[in-house]
Amino acid sequence: MSAAYLLRRLLLAIPSLLGISLVLFTILALAPGDPFGELATNPNVPPEVRMALRAKFGLDDPVWQRYVHWLAAMLQGDWGFSFVSRMNVDTLILQRIPATIAVIGSAQVLAILIAVPVGVLAATRPYSLFDQVANTLAFVGFSLPTFFTGLLLILLFSVQLDWLPFVYRTDLKSTGLAWWGDQIRQSAMPVMVLGLFQGASLVRYVRSSVLDVIRLDYVTTARSKGIGERRVIIGHVVRNAMIPVVTLVALQLPVVFSGAIVTEQIFRVPGIGSLLIASILANDTPVVMAVSFVFAALVILFNLIADIIYGWLDPRIAYR
Amino acid sequence: MDAGEIRGMIKRVKNGRLSRRGFVRRMVAVGLTAPLATQLLSYGGVAMAQTKPAYKPTKAGGGGTLKLLWWQGPTLLNPHFATGTKDQDGSRLFYEPLAAWNSTGDLVPILAVELPTTENGGLPADGKSVIWKLKQNVKWHDGMPFTADDVVFNWEYAKDPATAAVTAGSYNSVTVEKIDTHTVRVVFKQPSPFWAEAFVSATGMIIPKHLFAAFSGDKSRDAPTNLKPVGTGPYLFKEFRPGDLVTGVINPNYHVAHRPYFDAIEMKGGGDAVSAARAVLQTGEYDFAWNLQVEDEVLLRLEAAGKGAVRVTEGGNVEHIQINFTDPNTEVDGEKSSIKTKHPSLSDPAVRRAFSLLIDKDSVHRFIYGRGGNATANFIFNPARFASKATKYAFNVEEANAILEKAGWKMGADGIRAKDGKQLKYLYQTSINQPRQKTQAIIKQAAKKAGIEIEIKAVTASVFFSSDVANPDTYPHFYTDLQMYTTGPTQPDPSVFLQLFLSTEAAQKANKWQGRNITRWQNAEWDKLYARQLGELDPITRAAMIIKLNEMVIEDVVVIPVVTRPSVAAVTKNLTCELSGFDSYIWDLANWFKEA
Repeated sequence: MSAAYLLRRLLLAIPSLLGISLVLFTILALAPGDPFGELATNPNVPPEVRMALRAKFGLDDPVWQRYVHWLAAMLQGDWGFSFVSRMNVDTLILQRIPATIAVIGSAQVLAILIAVPVGVLAATRPYSLFDQVANTLAFVGFSLPTFFTGLLLILLFSVQLDWLPFVYRTDLKSTGLAWWGDQIRQSAMPVMVLGLFQGASLVRYVRSSVLDVIRLDYVTTARSKGIGERRVIIGHVVRNAMIPVVTLVALQLPVVFSGAIVTEQIFRVPGIGSLLIASILANDTPVVMAVSFVFAALVILFNLIADIIYGWLDPRIAYR
Repeated sequence: MDAGEIRGMIKRVKNGRLSRRGFVRRMVAVGLTAPLATQLLSYGGVAMAQTKPAYKPTKAGGGGTLKLLWWQGPTLLNPHFATGTKDQDGSRLFYEPLAAWNSTGDLVPILAVELPTTENGGLPADGKSVIWKLKQNVKWHDGMPFTADDVVFNWEYAKDPATAAVTAGSYNSVTVEKIDTHTVRVVFKQPSPFWAEAFVSATGMIIPKHLFAAFSGDKSRDAPTNLKPVGTGPYLFKEFRPGDLVTGVINPNYHVAHRPYFDAIEMKGGGDAVSAARAVLQTGEYDFAWNLQVEDEVLLRLEAAGKGAVRVTEGGNVEHIQINFTDPNTEVDGEKSSIKTKHPSLSDPAVRRAFSLLIDKDSVHRFIYGRGGNATANFIFNPARFASKATKYAFNVEEANAILEKAGWKMGADGIRAKDGKQLKYLYQTSINQPRQKTQAIIKQAAKKAGIEIEIKAVTASVFFSSDVANPDTYPHFYTDLQMYTTGPTQPDPSVFLQLFLSTEAAQKANKWQGRNITRWQNAEWDKLYARQLGELDPITRAAMIIKLNEMVIEDVVVIPVVTRPSVAAVTKNLTCELSGFDSYIWDLANWFKEA
C-alpha cells in the first residue's frame, strides 16, 4: 500500500462528503416542520416571538445561504448551535458518546464474539445437529425486531423476575466495584438485545463464507500435509474467509457512533441514536445535520479501513 | 343566583357569618366553583385562603432521592426560553414564580409574602395595577439576596424583542415598577380583571438579575446560566444533559422551613409514555411519571401491580372538533378556506346542529380515553366558575336526520343527503394518533346513518401542528371541512384563549395563518361581548360574560367539544404531592414528601 493510494482515497472522500452534506441539508430544509412549531399552538406566545426566534436562528434565510453558513462553520470546526437546547452541538454530542460506546460498542463486541466461533464451528460441521441449531437460532434472532425482544426481556427480567432495571441511568450513585456491578446490570438487557440481533445475522455470514473456503483445494492440500485441524481452520480457512466478514463489520462500526434508535428509546439509553431521533422530531436541524454528517464521514473512513485490512488478510490484493 | 345575591354572600363571608368553604360550596352548587369563588372573594375584599398542604416531615432532608421520569426530558433550563412544558418543568426544579396555581385553580404565594388583595392594598380599585410583596429571607442559590430588582429585571428581559423570550406575551403589555427593595407594582394599560399573569405560574419563573443582566437581548443565548440555573428553589442545580437528565441536591437555605424533604432530585428523560408508566406503577424504579397520554386500559393493568396510582388532574384542555365556516374547496387569491367564501353546507346552522348530535361523546370517553377524557358540553369547562350549566350534549341520530330533513337536505340514492346539488360530504382531518383515529371512525359511522359522508384524513403530528406557511396540511390552514385537536387555556383565565373566536383573529394568508381564529367564524355580537369582558372589573359580571361567550359558540356549533384532556401522572404509593391542571406538575415540589 502506498501513501499515494491513501492520499488519493482521502482526496476522493472530499467530494463525496460535500455531496452528502448538500443532499442532507436540502432534504432537511425541504422537510416539513418548524423547531418553534410548539409555540404556535400556545395562545400565550405572541406570533412575533416565534418570528423573532426564526429570524434569530437564521431559519428565514434562503436554503443555499444557510448551507453556505453551515459549511463555512463546519470547516472551522464549529458544529453549530442547537435550536432546541441552545447549546453547541458538539457538547451535546460529546455528552452522548460515553453511553453510546458503552452500550452499542459492547453489543458489537458481543456480536462478533458470538458470531465468529459459532459460524466457524457450524461451517466445519455442516448439517450437523450443532449447525442446525445454530442456524435456527440465527434465523429466529434476526427475524425478531429489537423492539420486540427488548420488551420481552423487560417483561421477563424487570417485571416478572425483578432482577434488572430497565431505565438506563448515567448518574449511578455507587462507586468502585459496585458501580461496575450496577453498570453491568443496567447494560445487560440493551447489550443482549442488540448484540444477539447483530450476532445472528453475522453468524450466517461467517458460516457461508467459511463454507466457501473450506471446500477449496488449498485446504485439502493443507490437511493432506498433516497439519492439525485446528491450525488448518484458524490459519488457512478463517483468515481467508474473513474478507467479506471484515467488510460487514467495518460497515457496521459507524453504527456504534450513530447509535441504535429503537433500543435506545426502549431502555432510555442516552446515546446518539436517541439524540438523533429527538432532534428529528423537534426539527433541530443543526443536531440532525451534525450527527448524520459525522456518520457519513465515519462510513467513508471505515470503508477505507476495510480496504486496508483486506491487504493485510490477503497480500495478493494490490492497491492501485 | 344573580350577581346581587353573590355579592350579598361575599358580604356575609366578610362579616364572618358565612365560612369561606360554605361560600365556595354554594358557588359549586350553582356552577361557579372554587377558582372563581376564591377570586370573587379576593375582589370582594376577603383574603384568599392560604391552603397549607398537610406537610408532615419535621426537618429538611432525609428523604433520599426523588426520581422523576419525564418521557420527554427537558432540553433547556431557562424558563424564558421554554418551548414546551418539559422545559418549564425542568426549570421549575430550580426557579420559582411569585405565585402558582394549585390543584383547585387557586393562587398560592411562592416568592410572594401573601397574595395581593383589595384589603391589603395589593389590588387598587381601578384595576389598573397589582402590588406584590416579596419574601424577605429569600436567597439565590449563590447566596445573593432576592429582591425587587430581580423581578423588574425579568420583565425587562422578557419583553425585550431581541431576547425573543417565549414568555414575552405575559410581559409585553405591562409595566413593572420597583416600590421598595421587596415590593413591586405591575401596571396594566387598561383595567385588567385578570391580574395574575406576569410572574405567576410556569411562565412566571424568576431568573437572577446579577447573573443574566449581562446577557439580555441579543446576547441572551450566550449566558452560561442558561444551562446551569441558579434559582431560589428547593434544589440546587447539579447536572444537566439535554433530553436525558437533570439532577439537583437539597438547598440547605431554602426559604420555607423544614423543606424540602428529599436530599436530591433526578429528572430522567427519554423513552415513551407506556414504559414510563410501567417504571412507576409496575416496577417502582421511579417515583413519578409525567404526562401519561396512554390508553386507560393499559394504565389500569399496570396499576394492578399495586406499586403506585394514576392521578388525573383536570386543566382546561379539550379535544374538540372545529367546523370550517369558509369553503376549503374554492381558491380565492391563492388561498383556500378564504374568509371571502362561505362553506356550501356547513354555513347552514341546521347542518351544524345535526352534526353535533352525531358525536357520541360518552362512547369516546368510555371506550377510548377512559379517565383521560371526560365528555363535555362546554368548550370552556374549567375552572368551573366559567363553565356553563345551560349547555347540553346528546347523541341522537334520529333527531339529526329529522333536522336535516326539515332543512331540506334530502337523502340521495347513494345514501348521502344533498340540497341544490350540494352533497353533505366532508373531509375530516386530525393528527396521526391512535385515539384520534378511533374517534374519527366512531364519528364517521354515526354520520353515515344521518346521510353525511365523512372522509377521514390523518396528518403527521409534526406537520399538522407546525406553523409552516407553505404546507396546506397544518391546522391553522384548515383546508378541510372539519378538524380535531386538543387545545386549552394555559392559565385559569380563558380570556386570551377565547381569541380563538374573535373575527379579527381569522387565520388567513394575509397574516400567514398566525391568526387564532381557525374556524374563521364571524360574529359581531360575540366580538362586542368579548371586548366588554376585557375591561369588566366586576368578577361576577365578567364570569357571566365569559359563560355567555362559551354558550354562544356552543349554541351556534362553531366547535364541538368532545372530551376534556386532563393531565395524567403516575405516582408511587407513598409519595404525597399536590398537582395542578393549570401549572407545572411540580409547582409544589418543595412540599412533596414520602410517608415512611
